[in-house]
Amino acid sequence: MSRLEILKTYKIYIGGLFPRTESGRYYVPKNGKNEPLGNLCLCSRKDVRNAVSAARKATGWAERTAFNRGQILYRIAEMLEGRKAQFVEELKMQGTNQKAAEAEVNLAVDRIVYYAGWCDKYQQILGSVNPVASSHFNFSVPEAMGVVGVVCPEEYSLIGLVSLVLPVICGGNTCVVLASESQPLCAVTFAEVLHASDLPGGVINILTGSKKEMVAPIASHMDVNAIIYGDDDEVQFKALSIAAADNVKRVSRLSKDWTKPENQDLYQIAETLEIKTTWHPIENIGGASSGY
Amino acid sequence: MAKKNKETTGLKWSYDPALEGVDHIKLREKYDLFINGKWVKPSSGKYFKTFNPADESFLAEVANADAKDVDKAVKAAREAYDNVWSKTSPSERAKYIYRIARLMQERAREFAVIETLDAGKTIRESRDVDVPLACNHFFYYAGWADKLDYAFPNRKVSPLGVAGQIIPWNFPLLMAAWKIAPALATGNTVVLKPAETTPLTALKLAEIIEESGLPAGVVNIVTGYGDTGAAIVNHTDVNKVAFTGSTGVGKMIQKSLAGTNKKLTLELGGKSANIIFEDAPIDQAIEGIINGIFFNQGHVCCAGSRLFVQESVADLVVRKLKDRMGSLIVGNPLDKNTDIGAINSKEQLATILKYINIGKEEGAEMFQLACDLPDKGYYCPPTLFTNVAQSSIIAQEEIFGPVLTIQTFRTVDEVIQKANNSPFGLAAGVWTDKGSRIFNLTTKLKAGVVWANTYNKFDPSSPFGGYKESGFGREGGLHGLSAYVKLS
Repeated sequence: MSRLEILKTYKIYIGGLFPRTESGRYYVPKNGKNEPLGNLCLCSRKDVRNAVSAARKATGWAERTAFNRGQILYRIAEMLEGRKAQFVEELKMQGTNQKAAEAEVNLAVDRIVYYAGWCDKYQQILGSVNPVASSHFNFSVPEAMGVVGVVCPEEYSLIGLVSLVLPVICGGNTCVVLASESQPLCAVTFAEVLHASDLPGGVINILTGSKKEMVAPIASHMDVNAIIYGDDDEVQFKALSIAAADNVKRVSRLSKDWTKPENQDLYQIAETLEIKTTWHPIENIGGASSGY
Repeated sequence: MAKKNKETTGLKWSYDPALEGVDHIKLREKYDLFINGKWVKPSSGKYFKTFNPADESFLAEVANADAKDVDKAVKAAREAYDNVWSKTSPSERAKYIYRIARLMQERAREFAVIETLDAGKTIRESRDVDVPLACNHFFYYAGWADKLDYAFPNRKVSPLGVAGQIIPWNFPLLMAAWKIAPALATGNTVVLKPAETTPLTALKLAEIIEESGLPAGVVNIVTGYGDTGAAIVNHTDVNKVAFTGSTGVGKMIQKSLAGTNKKLTLELGGKSANIIFEDAPIDQAIEGIINGIFFNQGHVCCAGSRLFVQESVADLVVRKLKDRMGSLIVGNPLDKNTDIGAINSKEQLATILKYINIGKEEGAEMFQLACDLPDKGYYCPPTLFTNVAQSSIIAQEEIFGPVLTIQTFRTVDEVIQKANNSPFGLAAGVWTDKGSRIFNLTTKLKAGVVWANTYNKFDPSSPFGGYKESGFGREGGLHGLSAYVKLS
């Protein structure tokens, strides 16, 4: 006798917990063969607000040592590696073929390892000691911007999310992620990977549902510092950019073929970093040069 | 202008006037627009007047550029970019910029006097700060022109094209240098608009650029009001917009560029915290507070306008601060003894006075230096407010004048929270003898520039720019190059 399969309830990920949407609403995305993918959470603007406040609470992430952040990112790769088969299945359900699905998951793991390695290195490349013409020690270091909204592309639901989110948390930011609306399965399962790694709750928050509904509240939220827009809706991007100006959010548009191994780099981490410059006098008797 | 002491415990000395001469400067009666290497009349035929805010005297007439003139300037910049500047080798580019730096240095005194006349800032500051820093900025960025590949490892660096630049009235020449030098070094061409109350040093700079032999159209200077700036921002053939000014206008610009491919950098307002711990070298800290808020009449985006003093030394600091204020000389900016010159314009003086009234109405306690102000011109005595609440308007909004608010705190965590509780994030100051505490604070303060045991220091090699609503992008140093390049 065949066994009755247990179906998965797809949830969202806020502050390290897996609630359903506070709105109680759901939607049923379908694949190319018109098969339903599941009852996904149709998140509301209230979920967005909850996610932003969870992300703000988690900004202590930036104060961890860079080495520790690198270890945790690497741990995410380990957890994903162990669950590759599940992601391949989900990608296939969403319409990707076996070979492409395997390649996408492998690249996702490798990309996480790549950014894990950057955690304690970008500071030395992007920072500087500045030779000011006075008796001061002066240096510039990159720092996290704070809370970042990430709008994922619709296609390549796993590698798209990984490519946009990992540089953001590598730099010490926390984020609220709007997953691919039409292909949301991997995003939800990725939250389970994050949960099983040592990533503190709230560093990455993942919401599913209508982008049309959720982009506006993120764009206008006064406690969001930056937005990474990875989708390709011109009208939506313009509206988002206008609303973002209300608190001078940094808005970056990143659209690349994320399935290409070379589309990952240091400058993408820099998109959500600020540069802070510190001055301090140098005690200097009888001279005036800084020595730096 | 000698100050007569009335209410000070300082020495009762007065100074004889020591006026800087104005005979050697050359100002035209009327300035046209500098477009494509020529002085061109504005298409509307309209001019506006620029005055000396220190005595309200007339200085010169300046062309009012409209959208047609801006279009002409952008076209000139585009042609210069396509046909000349993008084909000029980086090392040749560098030499032009070096030459501009040298020509400015040679005429430094003239620049300083004109800056003081047009902006109202003291000659001591325009001579010792504005003009040398402006020259040095050109000198610094000149050298980058042929070394850009080293600045962005693993990437090919190319210019953006035409840069539209809009600058404020608080550091007119210096801001022009901050904008033009990195743009040229990275291979862009420029259309720059100085502020309507302080156009003269940018126009003098245009004369130097003309003299330097820089190819026509590489730098164009158009004068005018906000609508001239808007025409630059919205011109379809501008690839990059750089703006320094108020947060309100910055947000408008960000909105109007939404959805376009124009690269934007914004250097906006601030309400920077200056934090004094009980173990700080108090006398030095007092100098830092004075410099932090009264430098350039407080017309400084990074002014240390919110003072936080640890409770145990609050009385001492406030008393010493009042004493020190008693020895400040307010008056004719051309006098070499003057510490605090004229407020830049009648409108700005009205804004400052409005905030002073709000402070009084909010119940804060005001202390103002009792001093004789000149009969003509726009002046505001140095002012401080104690008993200020975190929620007070004067502690939240940028005043852009010589007005300091004072709050107290007990613990490190408390002051970090208070200091960061602002939509702005431009700068901060920390005064303490303890190194580990300095680094704790400098790490946690959300500000682009942190001065530890000093304040209001600037250098071409030091990146400057804000967090949050103080804008984005950096000016100065290696990081200042990013604003003007495309990486591939």
